[in-house]
Amino acid sequence: MNDIAFLLNGTPVQLSGESPTRTLLEWLRETRGLTGTKEGCNEGDCGACSVMVTDDSGTRALNSCILFLPQLHGKAVRTVEGISGPGGEMHPVQRAMVDLHGSQCGYCTPGFIVSMAVAHKNGARDHDDQLAGNLCRCTGYAPIIRAAEAAAKAPVPDWLGRDGGMAQDARAPYAPASSDELAAWYLAHPEATLIAGATDVGLWVTKELRGLPEVAFLHACKDLRRIEPAGGGLRVGAGVTIAALRAAVAERHPSLAELLRRFASEQVRGAATIGGNIANGSPIGDAPPALIAMGATLHLRRGDARRDMPLEDFFLDYRKQDRQKGEFVEAVTIPDDVPGLACYKLSKRFDQDISAVCGCFNLVLNGSKIESARIAFGGMAGTPKRAVAVEAALTGKEWCEATIETAIPGFARDFTPMSDMRASAEYRLRTAQNMLWRYFHAHSGTTISVLEVSP
Amino acid sequence: MSVARPLPHDSAPLHVTGAARYIDDLPLPSNTLHLAFGISAVAHGEITALDLEAVRRADGVIAVLTADDLPFDNDVSPSIHDEPLLAVGTVHYLGQPIFLVVADTHLAARKAARLGKVSYKELPALLSIDDAMKADSRFEGGPVIWAKGDAAAAIAAAPHVIEGSLEMGGQEHFYLEGQAALALPAEGGVVVHSSTQHPTEIQHKVAEGIGLPMNAVRVEVRRMGGGFGGKESQGNALAVSCAIVARRFGRPAKMRYDRDDDMIITGKRHDFRIDYRAGTDAEGRILGVEFLQLARCGWTQDLSLPVADRAMLHADNAYNLEHIRIESHRLRTNTQSATAFRGFGGPQGMLGVERLMDHIAHRLGLDPLAVRRVNFYTDMANAAGGDACAKAKPAETTPYHMPVEDFILNGLVAKLEKTSDFEARKAAVATWNAINPILKRGIALTPVKFGISFTLTHLNQAGALVHVYQDGSIHLNHGGTEMGQGLFRKVAQVAASGFGVNEDRVQITATDTGKVPNTSATAASSGSDLNGMAVKAACDTIRDRMADFLAREHQTVPAKVHFENGQVFVGGEDMPFAEAAARCYQGRVSLSSTGFYATPKLNWDRMAGRGRAFYYFAYGAAVTEVVIDILTGENRILRADILHDAGQSLNPAIDIGQIEGGYVQGAGWLTTEELVWDDKGRLRTHAPSTYKIPACSDRPDIFNVALWDGRNREETIYRSKAVGEPPLMLGISALMALGNACAACGPDYPDLDAPATAERILAAVARARGKRA
Repeated sequence: MNDIAFLLNGTPVQLSGESPTRTLLEWLRETRGLTGTKEGCNEGDCGACSVMVTDDSGTRALNSCILFLPQLHGKAVRTVEGISGPGGEMHPVQRAMVDLHGSQCGYCTPGFIVSMAVAHKNGARDHDDQLAGNLCRCTGYAPIIRAAEAAAKAPVPDWLGRDGGMAQDARAPYAPASSDELAAWYLAHPEATLIAGATDVGLWVTKELRGLPEVAFLHACKDLRRIEPAGGGLRVGAGVTIAALRAAVAERHPSLAELLRRFASEQVRGAATIGGNIANGSPIGDAPPALIAMGATLHLRRGDARRDMPLEDFFLDYRKQDRQKGEFVEAVTIPDDVPGLACYKLSKRFDQDISAVCGCFNLVLNGSKIESARIAFGGMAGTPKRAVAVEAALTGKEWCEATIETAIPGFARDFTPMSDMRASAEYRLRTAQNMLWRYFHAHSGTTISVLEVSP
Repeated sequence: MSVARPLPHDSAPLHVTGAARYIDDLPLPSNTLHLAFGISAVAHGEITALDLEAVRRADGVIAVLTADDLPFDNDVSPSIHDEPLLAVGTVHYLGQPIFLVVADTHLAARKAARLGKVSYKELPALLSIDDAMKADSRFEGGPVIWAKGDAAAAIAAAPHVIEGSLEMGGQEHFYLEGQAALALPAEGGVVVHSSTQHPTEIQHKVAEGIGLPMNAVRVEVRRMGGGFGGKESQGNALAVSCAIVARRFGRPAKMRYDRDDDMIITGKRHDFRIDYRAGTDAEGRILGVEFLQLARCGWTQDLSLPVADRAMLHADNAYNLEHIRIESHRLRTNTQSATAFRGFGGPQGMLGVERLMDHIAHRLGLDPLAVRRVNFYTDMANAAGGDACAKAKPAETTPYHMPVEDFILNGLVAKLEKTSDFEARKAAVATWNAINPILKRGIALTPVKFGISFTLTHLNQAGALVHVYQDGSIHLNHGGTEMGQGLFRKVAQVAASGFGVNEDRVQITATDTGKVPNTSATAASSGSDLNGMAVKAACDTIRDRMADFLAREHQTVPAKVHFENGQVFVGGEDMPFAEAAARCYQGRVSLSSTGFYATPKLNWDRMAGRGRAFYYFAYGAAVTEVVIDILTGENRILRADILHDAGQSLNPAIDIGQIEGGYVQGAGWLTTEELVWDDKGRLRTHAPSTYKIPACSDRPDIFNVALWDGRNREETIYRSKAVGEPPLMLGISALMALGNACAACGPDYPDLDAPATAERILAAVARARGKRA
């Protein structure tokens, strides 16, 4: 009943009696003896444990340290050992990494090889983004990128083409097969932990060493993975990954897509879901401020009962959401028409970092007047939160420097941020204010981001 | 010849296929025990009660050990016996090991370690440099002061006086492979596998910990997943714990730190504050200078004295300072014991004077490179490769009275200026800054002169063991350890060249205290200098024996026996090397030899601060261009151009790899890598989620690295130069470029500290504009 079946390096495996929160990494290394996949941080931030996972939605690199075994049911997994051919032939990225000196200590290398092989298979050439989730402390990355570029045109080795998802008749263990099933089960088990991508819950297990007595995995609820047009917007199922959302909004909402490009890393974006990013209630999740500024609507479900609310109303207090026992996030609807949206993320490092401040601005101008303003921030309060005083100071006013000046004091009324290891309260408040200036200057065509500058 | 070829890392095919084994990958006997430390939750306090019942009762736990259970020495210090493995009575930092859990799995040990109930009587904790200065909490009796000339008088008489202060943060090593050790019980002792840069030190501390002589302990190290200095002394605690448990239970014992534990328990680069006061002439020439160096050393001495010494030894960097006084305080605080990290204090000392150059230029309205140039030492005519603008005069001396005989930076910098198009780009930066209101660019060129040798003179020795088998295959062993730097590859190239064979004839083997004894840490950039020479000595011995025998056989003289291209040429005949080996074996010639090397010329008196501390200097320079956002402080490196001196490179590909990686690591130290402790002494940045080393996109968009075409004037291995640490300091150019961009925002000196996070840059922009942040 609770058997987990998947393809490992091309060979079917069937597991019985494993704890549902055992990580793939631990199983690979300790049970299977496949020690090529490394533990670097055990929290999904270094990529040394990356594995290639293929299913009906394609091939992704995922962090095996925060991937639970049941999440793999019906999928194909390749570790670094399986990136080479069955006869030991090297994959083009492996060859290129040797020839171009892409490894020094070699400990991060298996993870890089996997990420590079996934990108290679998918034809992705945005190497910096593809590899943002893999840390290397030795090389300074230059030779790794040279290797990725050198291997880009080589054909995908045939042994990687054999990883179509497995045909699975048996149901996935611990995993309701639809949102209806989930709704019924969760109503009966309201204390359970719902696990979508496990990019946060994974750390409860690997770092907090918590036991999770009752869990349900959401990946088998295909209906939660739908993205569909709905009344002037896009209804995005809770199970949609950040990677899928990024692709879906790339054309219509480029600023949101750019924010999502900097959302963690490929490995995390390929696992983490929009529902998880909202439901976990973190004040520093990156999607909520953007979606709040856009005027998104949240869809909750408890049993057969459903309710909708403006997303900002969901966040009540620090880690306290307007969610009843047995209720879950089913979807979020993002309006189509948000041409004024601009999302600004401040973090110590551009890629794969958590926001110190994430500010999202959605102003509608009518001629020289500000018709409406929706502004939301992450990292400025215990919840993702709108800047209502600032919005009020802007709405109906002239779009000019004087108006911005008068709106600036509103930030201190809206927010009393805290100091922590990411930034001081003063810096947070100052840069939140400056983001409004940035928005203003961007409007007049000034270059406002260091990311837009080339040497 | 094998030497000088750009061969890939010897383990590269294993790295990319996942076949390279690290400690945690070794197959284990099924009865292996797994260990974890229970650690202190306060920064300073007396332990008033220790209740470990819940730990003992936890699933999978076999035993729990405290200091009272340790059979012999309770010490893992690499220096003065001041670092108990397990706390005795008092804890001195938040993270200090108090008890040791022995369990049947790694996870069980980790879980149980959190169940200890420790009661403390908290004591005042000294966390900062200021705390320690106020409390006069330090190592050694007082500050160390070295002086040359009369700095105070020279400053008093100088037309301009510039003073300031610079804070620079520490740095977490973030080796991708965390600390790990495995001990296997053996007849009469233990065999220890350790991820360490210093197998002999592990052997030494393990022997003390299990009460046996060093000959009862064999330590083996095939490779580390990164070291960077963090595995010079910080692996002692794990190896000693494993050995004690292995002896006590007669079972293998393994210990590896989870990443958070690793960052909380182990030491990091020393953070420093450097106050400076200099008198200059109108051209920015330094007439006299005083540096006050304050180093936060943490709770034990560890390697802090030589680290702080090396900071003093690099206070001059590339500059001829005739009147100088350096005062160094080694402060004891209730934090992790700061330890070795690539550069070993050198980067901190060097940053002090580079900051001073920048400050002088700003104050006097001069070009920063012009100020650097008027202060450079003079290029020496016989410093190979640097003779373009050299003079034949007696060498100038460093602040510690060592003649600088090999200076090349005038020529090297002139070349880099050209190849990086520095002048034109400086003008382009100014133009950009005049037009762009929000984004500002900055550019800077900084030099590096780094002293090569251990300053503890006796460490400058190395041994090797080479066997030639009768089939002509070669077995190579030496005292150096492989942590990714390509040492084994370079040394194998030396061995292959010694016998005139292809390097695939040479089997590289794990470092092993049973093969080569009494080794020094693979540190101070010395790996290939020392071990390369020791291996060459061993190879020469065997080759000479072979030549003697073959010459006798062919009735010629040994000088006419040549080893080339896999052949041996003797008396008009040539034969494959394998055949030569077989003949020698049959002729009863010993085909095995040790080799030994001790660095010549060193003569250093650290108490007086006088003498030849270094065999030679390695040089380099970098130009970095950056862009900053004055609304947020966000910043990015756009381009870096580097010209670096590796002498006559043993392997240009590996050397360029060291330079690229060193630069990015150095730039990381000075930009995004911020260690934050709270007011309780708790390290808040103890995982990659909060401590940000450079990621892929943080490398410069344009990254040009070239090797200086020169050779070492000293007789090093094939006239190469050490390359491990020096390139890290090329990253200083990134901080100076950021400061330059901040200075473009207003008239005042921006006074940018390190790490230059976006927040610090925003504050520096405000200072430049004459506003408080």
